[in-house]
Amino acid sequence: MSALHELSVVEAAARVRRREISAVELTRAALARIAAVEPQVGAFLTLAEVEAIAAAEAIDRRVAAGQDPGLLGGVPVGVKDIICTAGLRTTAGSRILETFVPSYDATVTARLRAAGAVIVGKLNCDEFAMGSSTENSALAVTRNPWDGKRVPGGSSGGSGAAVAARECHAALGTDTGGSIRLPAAFCGVVGLKPTYGRISRRGVIAYASSLDQVGPLARNVADVALVLEAIAGHDPGDSTASPRDVPAYRTALEGSIRGLRVGLPREYFVEGMQPEVEAAVRGAVDELERLGARVESVSLPHTEYAIATYYLIATAEASSNLARYDGIRYGLRAPGRLALGDMYETTRAAGFGAEVKRRIMLGTYALSAGYYDAYYLKAQQIRTLIRMDFQKVLEQCDALVTPVAPTTAFRLGEKTADPLTMYLSDIFTISVNLAGLPALALPCGFDTAGLPIGLQVIGRPFDEATVLRLGHAYERATTWHTRGAPL
Amino acid sequence: MTTAGIEPVIGLEVHAELLTRSKIFCACSATFGGEPNTNVCPVCLGMPGLLPVLNRRVVEFAIRLGLATHCAIAANSRFARKNYFYPDLPKGYQISMYELPLCTGGHLEVLVDGQSRRIGLTRIHMEEDTGKNIHEPNADTSLVDFNRSGVPLLEIVSEPDMRNVAEAGAYLRTLRSILQYLEICDGNMEEGSFRCDANVSVRPAGTTALGTKVEVKNMNSFRSVEKAITYEIERQAAALGRGESLRQETRLWDAEREETRPMRSKEFAHDYRYFPEPDLLPLVVDRTWVDEVRATLPELPAPRRERFVRDYQLSTYDADVLTQRKDIADYFEAAIAAGAAPKEMANWVTTELLRIVHDEKLDRALVIRDWPVTPTQLARLATLVQSGTINRNTAKALVPRLRGTTRDPQELVAAEGLGQVSDRGALEAAVADVVARHPAQVAEFRSGKERVLGFLVGQVMKATGGKANPQVVQELLRTALVA
Repeated sequence: MSALHELSVVEAAARVRRREISAVELTRAALARIAAVEPQVGAFLTLAEVEAIAAAEAIDRRVAAGQDPGLLGGVPVGVKDIICTAGLRTTAGSRILETFVPSYDATVTARLRAAGAVIVGKLNCDEFAMGSSTENSALAVTRNPWDGKRVPGGSSGGSGAAVAARECHAALGTDTGGSIRLPAAFCGVVGLKPTYGRISRRGVIAYASSLDQVGPLARNVADVALVLEAIAGHDPGDSTASPRDVPAYRTALEGSIRGLRVGLPREYFVEGMQPEVEAAVRGAVDELERLGARVESVSLPHTEYAIATYYLIATAEASSNLARYDGIRYGLRAPGRLALGDMYETTRAAGFGAEVKRRIMLGTYALSAGYYDAYYLKAQQIRTLIRMDFQKVLEQCDALVTPVAPTTAFRLGEKTADPLTMYLSDIFTISVNLAGLPALALPCGFDTAGLPIGLQVIGRPFDEATVLRLGHAYERATTWHTRGAPL
Repeated sequence: MTTAGIEPVIGLEVHAELLTRSKIFCACSATFGGEPNTNVCPVCLGMPGLLPVLNRRVVEFAIRLGLATHCAIAANSRFARKNYFYPDLPKGYQISMYELPLCTGGHLEVLVDGQSRRIGLTRIHMEEDTGKNIHEPNADTSLVDFNRSGVPLLEIVSEPDMRNVAEAGAYLRTLRSILQYLEICDGNMEEGSFRCDANVSVRPAGTTALGTKVEVKNMNSFRSVEKAITYEIERQAAALGRGESLRQETRLWDAEREETRPMRSKEFAHDYRYFPEPDLLPLVVDRTWVDEVRATLPELPAPRRERFVRDYQLSTYDADVLTQRKDIADYFEAAIAAGAAPKEMANWVTTELLRIVHDEKLDRALVIRDWPVTPTQLARLATLVQSGTINRNTAKALVPRLRGTTRDPQELVAAEGLGQVSDRGALEAAVADVVARHPAQVAEFRSGKERVLGFLVGQVMKATGGKANPQVVQELLRTALVA
């Protein structure tokens, strides 16, 4: 029997339910693992040991009383620090919210708790989820568990690293342009960005409202499906959360993929890709064919505009979303008696990091009088074209398969001086957010340096089930997900 | 100053606070007042991560006004963010509507000097109100009260169709009257639930091109709107008269100095960077909903005024006074239903009743509930006067005694013997007594001084405790004096 912290979510929850282990035992094991490896990983910004043990004890009492402990009963999980947790500091990785303690849970936090999950702490991320390496966090450095000199990916780098380091059994991340999938790929775990509207954003600190989506990261596809089932569904507190029923994703992922039509977008196999990545992804495609999928080449002709489009829409929304951090009601305020305008300027100059400022300026510019039509409006039009590209190919295909990123995890500091190169890390993930589609990232190999490579499976709107089924079938036929990070 | 040869062009922008129970995007109470920061929640405080959820009732209210003002109701409209920094604006943006408002292209009929004028409406849209900054005198800090943050507003934008102050005043009163009829806004300018900014320009009479537009803000009463527009027209006319050109700018009305002065450029040099609000879905209003709302609309002031003239043979002026407020028009019609004669009742309501309503500021409430007397009581009083049972003064004196009771005036008159004495036999003794005790005045009358008669009537009224029928007293006196 493996160590408790090695258990999958499905297995851990099942054992608690069967009273083979207690939630407190599981939680203590996770906390012990965190204590042991956290100095090498740095995934957490805030630990909630006392609260976690109390929550675990409550689960154990429920089990003892013969009550249902919930879908995730007793399972230790981590939450990206951009998702609000009542009574537990929530920073968005920013100085401006370094001491902010929300009085409310995000809907996803409340649903995790209602499903019996034990929240062990808050996970590091790029400031306001703006970044691809978690190096934009103003508060901590997170290292890739496979190689401490490398980034975990971002912006949900703490979530990817914590799951890969077995510090928690699953984690929540958010994905605006690839922020769940890139860390999942770089850290060798499974991550799902659900359809826009599948999961409530209420209580999730906004970066770009029309693109942000919460999703789970875990060690296998079944775990991701289980967490998704626990947190998805309509929320009266978020008008953009879909009222569609939540299927039983646990069971939806079972079954053959024989006859499924899988598209391979030509534009996603580009010059300059790391050859090992392309080889691994093509290997995965062969594997899917062996499993009965029918693979065909397809085209998404507007792909080349995706990054430019994203950096206009996301920054425009961000420039507005981040206006509330003004020093008036909460968060950082510049000291001293300053006139209003000076207080705003000094507070925001001190509170925001360079990348956040860059994006606020970009977005402000894109929305400015005289530039709106040329930038923001044009970007919205191209977004429609990108969405139509996907709509068209997904009429003939059940899903698309691509790499998650052109490379494996890069070195800490390697791209921080060059934001444009950093932006290219998201070249294969960003279109999916613009189109609002579900996409799964899962391990499909390793490069010669032993770094994980990620495969992306993109599905139709609200068809997470097919995406999970494809991923699950591939996972059962391969062993990549069973390798652990060398900690 | 002269404005001869000059044609003013006026357009008005009104913000009407809606009387919904809760705010536009959260469940907080939208009630006016309250201790600072008590009607607030994380949503209307702009806390991180929280999202707006549209109050359906606000849309319904906007549709009501749109239909009442002949607007087209858009099947698809959209909220937008208006971005600017200010301490009373917690999110750093106001959720409003911009490119796709809910209501467009309507009009109002307003009455100026008995003539009806049509004023076009450009648009009506929904938005959220801001909080309020509180500047303590001599303090080096300011406070913010967010109770008003998120209270629903309708912004109502007119076409530049008004040509003088009277039309602007009539437009505002008509608009407020409609809002009150629809029971969606109490129209209280002093408390800020009905606010108005004016766009004023002037041009040489007979020309059609628009002059340079000046936006005037900071008026908090109908009178100050009228004064500010008058001032601005004269200022602009004088500038043109001197051959100066005008600057497109925003000016603030200073009620103490009674002048407008330019806003510092920093105060309005905003690029609001409007863009569609991504946290709210596009608003879809289907025909069925519009029809449902249409079915609930009350009779509006203009048609009601016309009906009063037609059915009750009232003057346009009286009908206008009676129909400006729905509750007063309802009161009037209830009194008619209780048997009062329309003209007599119009007289009672427009003079005696409205005097008390204004003196006691009962019309601060959207709907007056604390009437001085019930419509039935007033109808009975009027009837008692008309039938000669009591005189008018007695009737007026009875109003405060009937207040808060359900007593029938006739019963009160009978119980207290207040009935008017018209019986000649009963009055002849009093008349004889007065004539006997005032020989000097009698002599004056007989020498041709008619006016003395009033004095003598008064003496008889006094002697009879005010109950004598003055008409009969007059006749008896004449008979006695001539004899």
